[in-house]
Amino acid sequence: MKYRSVFDIIGPVMVGPSSSHTAGAARIGLVARQLFQKEPEWAAFHLYGSFAKTYQGHGTDVALVGGILGFDTFDTRMTESFKYAEDKGVSYSFYEEEANLDHPNTVKIRLGAGKEEMELVGISIGGGKVEIKELNGFELRLSGNHPAILVVHDDRYGTIASVSTKLAEYEINIGHMEVSRKEQGKEALMVIEVDQNIDEKTMAEISKLEHVKKVTKIHD
Amino acid sequence: MFRNVEELVELCETKNLPISEIMIRQEMEVHERSYEEIFSQMERNLDVMERAVNRGITEQVKSVSGLTGGDGKKLNEYMQLNETLSGNLILDAVSKAMATNEVNAAMGTICATPTAGAAGVVPGTLFAVKEKLNPSREQMVRYLFVSGAFGFVVANNASISGAAGGCQAEVGSATGMAAAAIVEMAGGTPRQSAQAMAMALKNMLGLVCDPVAGLVEVPCVKRNAFGASNALVAADLALAGIESRIPCDEVIDAMYRIGETMPSTLRETGEGGLAATPTGVRYKEQIFGTGSK
Repeated sequence: MKYRSVFDIIGPVMVGPSSSHTAGAARIGLVARQLFQKEPEWAAFHLYGSFAKTYQGHGTDVALVGGILGFDTFDTRMTESFKYAEDKGVSYSFYEEEANLDHPNTVKIRLGAGKEEMELVGISIGGGKVEIKELNGFELRLSGNHPAILVVHDDRYGTIASVSTKLAEYEINIGHMEVSRKEQGKEALMVIEVDQNIDEKTMAEISKLEHVKKVTKIHD
Repeated sequence: MFRNVEELVELCETKNLPISEIMIRQEMEVHERSYEEIFSQMERNLDVMERAVNRGITEQVKSVSGLTGGDGKKLNEYMQLNETLSGNLILDAVSKAMATNEVNAAMGTICATPTAGAAGVVPGTLFAVKEKLNPSREQMVRYLFVSGAFGFVVANNASISGAAGGCQAEVGSATGMAAAAIVEMAGGTPRQSAQAMAMALKNMLGLVCDPVAGLVEVPCVKRNAFGASNALVAADLALAGIESRIPCDEVIDAMYRIGETMPSTLRETGEGGLAATPTGVRYKEQIFGTGSK
């Protein structure tokens, strides 16, 4: 079941005009921002399907930029997000893509700051609800409904066990977990949705585990 | 968790509880939250809806494109000054539904029910029926849980996205949700709520999503108006004991299958239907400039 809460239906409280094209877009942008963990210097948005056809009318562009600046769906600064981006020196560009993807409301967001870059693919499935489908080329399924940690690690035996043992040590329950890799023995990604927020100490300890390269978290 | 309307109604009947209570208890169980937390979150949504309605019927709201705004207020004033034909309750719901969508189109703050494009129907009917039935604030919050319960089933078994299923999935779903909620508020049974939902949604099947210039304005605002009136009629039919020959879950399933076969030009791409009429195209050119795609 994709929708698990009554507030997925009666909600979100949001700045108009479209739950899928405005609120959903803002949420995908916000997840990208949380994963990038800092203000990007530049952002590129590749729009597919209905997003590509109607993004200006729905304020999808305004919402995506608002999201990567850290604005939530109900933040009234949203309507002025271009101005805020300008003030903060964040540049942005939009690309209307022709390809037909599985879902009509798909966006690929690329963020950059200095040498750091990140790429994320998200879909807006209706009523403001979103899913993250891809992160830096890794396929994943992240609803954004629960706090989650993302662990980039070397594809070696025992790494998954050591991360989950660490979570157990702090009595953190795993709700959903996915592991993916691009190539055997190379870089891999763990996505772990948990029931409660994870504090900095736990995060730091996970990042020190053998074969773990990077840990980020997104929260409710 | 209840997976369909039949399971929801059976839960109500076995436990002898209203739909709103089943929805609240499920939310408590699945998300491990307290009754108070859940109730007060919904009450805050109600407050947002109330502010949007009041703003839309009193202020001269105007969207950025200039295509919509002020009609909710206009209808409200007409009702005050004239003997209306279709009656004040229906028109009150219609004006408040339009008011909400006009505030939404003006990038104002609203609560999606279940989407922003369909955000007028549930609050529009709620704040109109309120004048007739004088519910407590708690009953008004419960109205939203009933709407949410039916929307929950539709979202999981069909779709609430215009891009996926057309307007039937948005205003259609909202209309069914509102109809079911009106029935509970008016003292009907859970089964009558399901009947109201079925009858309301049946009448919305096939409705396409064809926004002019891709904006959530034309025809969205007026589709919410008619959704609100439909919801009230469907609620009265159900309260009169009239039943849908096709069960509610099968209507929802039909809605899903119709959405699946709908061409993409009629699913929120702004390429077909009213968006493709000479006037629709002209508006698009006026707003975004000629040569715009």
